[in-house]
Amino acid sequence: MLEIKNLHVEVQGKEILKGLNLTINKGEVHAIMGPNGAGKSTLAYAICGKQGYEITKGSVTFKGKDFLELEPNERAGEGAFLGFQYPVEIPGVSNMVFLKTALNSVRKYRGEEELAAVDFLKLIRAKAAELEMDPEMLKRAVNVGFSGGEKKRNEMVQMAVLDPAFCVLDETDSGLDIDALRIVADGINRLRSPEKSSLVITHYQRLLDYVVPDFVHVLADGKIVKSGDKTLAQKLEKDGYAGLGINENAA
Amino acid sequence: MVSTLETRQAVEEVAGEYKYGFVTDIETVKAPKGLSEEVIRFISAKKDEPEWLLEWRLKAYRRWLKLEEPDWAMLDYVKPDFNDIYYYAAPKSADDKPKSLDEVDPELLRVYEKLGISLQEQEVLSGVAVDIVFDSVSVATTFREALKERGVIFCSISEAARDYPQLMRKYLGSVVPAADNFYATLNSAVFTDGTFVYIPKGVRCPMELSTYFRINEANTGQFERTLIIADDDSYVSYLEGCTAPMRDENQLHAAVVEIVVLDNAEVKYSTVQNWYPGNKEGIGGIYNFVTKRAACRGINSKVSWTQVETGSAITWKYPSCILQGDNSVGEFYSVAITNNYQQADTGTKMIHIGKNTSSTIISKGISAGKAQNIYRGLVKVMPNAENTRNFTQCDSLLIGDECGAHTVPYIEVKNPTAQIEHEATTSKISDEQLFYCLQRGLDVEESVSLIVNGFCKDVMKQLPMEFAVEAQKLLGISLEGSVG
Repeated sequence: MLEIKNLHVEVQGKEILKGLNLTINKGEVHAIMGPNGAGKSTLAYAICGKQGYEITKGSVTFKGKDFLELEPNERAGEGAFLGFQYPVEIPGVSNMVFLKTALNSVRKYRGEEELAAVDFLKLIRAKAAELEMDPEMLKRAVNVGFSGGEKKRNEMVQMAVLDPAFCVLDETDSGLDIDALRIVADGINRLRSPEKSSLVITHYQRLLDYVVPDFVHVLADGKIVKSGDKTLAQKLEKDGYAGLGINENAA
Repeated sequence: MVSTLETRQAVEEVAGEYKYGFVTDIETVKAPKGLSEEVIRFISAKKDEPEWLLEWRLKAYRRWLKLEEPDWAMLDYVKPDFNDIYYYAAPKSADDKPKSLDEVDPELLRVYEKLGISLQEQEVLSGVAVDIVFDSVSVATTFREALKERGVIFCSISEAARDYPQLMRKYLGSVVPAADNFYATLNSAVFTDGTFVYIPKGVRCPMELSTYFRINEANTGQFERTLIIADDDSYVSYLEGCTAPMRDENQLHAAVVEIVVLDNAEVKYSTVQNWYPGNKEGIGGIYNFVTKRAACRGINSKVSWTQVETGSAITWKYPSCILQGDNSVGEFYSVAITNNYQQADTGTKMIHIGKNTSSTIISKGISAGKAQNIYRGLVKVMPNAENTRNFTQCDSLLIGDECGAHTVPYIEVKNPTAQIEHEATTSKISDEQLFYCLQRGLDVEESVSLIVNGFCKDVMKQLPMEFAVEAQKLLGISLEGSVG
């Protein structure tokens, strides 16, 4: 599904990722952990094509295509979804309108017809209900005045509606209480299938109790320094990054 | 976060062309170029006007000769040469006026189709009565009969001068006097056509009235004049839309709109202005110098201006409300978009004279490219205006870092019981917002259009339904090739 080779990324002239390799196959859930400043969010943005994240070396291949050649919206059309750490507010644009525009854009990219208004309503209501979102929230402006938990839940609703083949979740668990965490985890697990994959970026092991990963990687100073199965996350929880010989404040 | 250069370049690459930039080849009758008493007499004679109106025009002209073109607005442009303009141009075929749509020059009808306002369609489907001003003459007025049954008068202002002289003499120039300002005075001297509306006592106008203005002939100034009178307990919603073909030279548009609102009456006036804004280098485009004013003369009267200004190279426009009747209400909702080298100095004046009068001003200015967008507004409370209220909100949105937004509020309060609120914000479309939309699959244009429409929502929701859809699209089109 996703193959990253020797990825070097600069932000404002500073090299953040320094030769990162990662292969994610269909059906796999990978977790990336690492201290602050290790480059976790940079990896997420680089995969999805945010401006200002300059790829100086290496490649990202998605379903056999050179992903770096595609515009961010084309990458979304190909099936990549980024759950943001800090979802932005878009005043005056209702969640409903935003989601409808997004879904139809993605469908158009894939050569599919626009979804009829009735079918869209059914879909969005069903997804909101699954993720225990108050339907009134759909009428509110995107993320405006939402609490931290509501914003993250909103990301999950968007993800469920867009039904991506591959999700990057950038610290989607940060700042959530235990109920919100359960809902977010539930959202991720619902999308697990032999056809789909995800990359869960997290600072804490807590989320991985609910979303059990197939692989865990530790990112430090722009590279993956250690990979393993879910027990690696547990070990990290117990011994900290220092237990792996990583200085948490190094970056 | 400030948007990056790449973002702007990306958007500039997808820059759209002005959609209505075609010229229609129709034979026209013109007055000689330039302005003189002879030209005014020519116009007046062409329109078969009564003597008093000719005198009124001449008086305005003589006054105009003594006036200086104002330069207090934050606008930078080459002043028009008033002797290099045709002040009258009419389609030749209009010499024998069409009695129905079947008789209208088919070439003309094709123009309207290009504009997306097929008359037949509008007549049958939407129930909107349209008075079309093509250059200087009103060529087709629909639905007039249906309106007549209710006593509503909806005709060209030239016809009104002939057929309703009492109303015309009483109200013409009563809100915007002939000597009001440089452009209004010029308009008073040479106005060629426009719309006249009278809603009788107690009548709620059964349909939305709409005029489409269009400048076609090269070097033609358009000086339409609109007069709307809402008698006691009446209501009307009036829509005005404008487009002009693409030309390298600047064209002048100096219109006057006067609205008189009597006891318990209400007028809603909506404008979507999409005159040619000039090209990406700032060449050409319409000079839009417009005086619009409403007088709320009656108690409990109400007037509401809604404008979506996306076109014109230069906009100089301050739709105002004189709140004379007790408890009268004035509203001004504005979206002004400037892109490339466009400049807009626009806003409103709310003059509180009566007791318990209230006004609301919501202004959304969007600047992109190298454009300048100025909100200029006056809230004035006179000594006898007890318990007045005003709420003003001015929001500016900047796209890129070469454009400007300016807010120039004037507040003059002469009565201590007044409550005046003013809020202003300036923001940018951030890279974060743009990337969020892109990541969800929207392309750059869709993203900008969505964000800007959201920013303007408070104003857009004031527009009548059929206008809102067009205006939403216009916001997107106007900003193509802008962002960052």
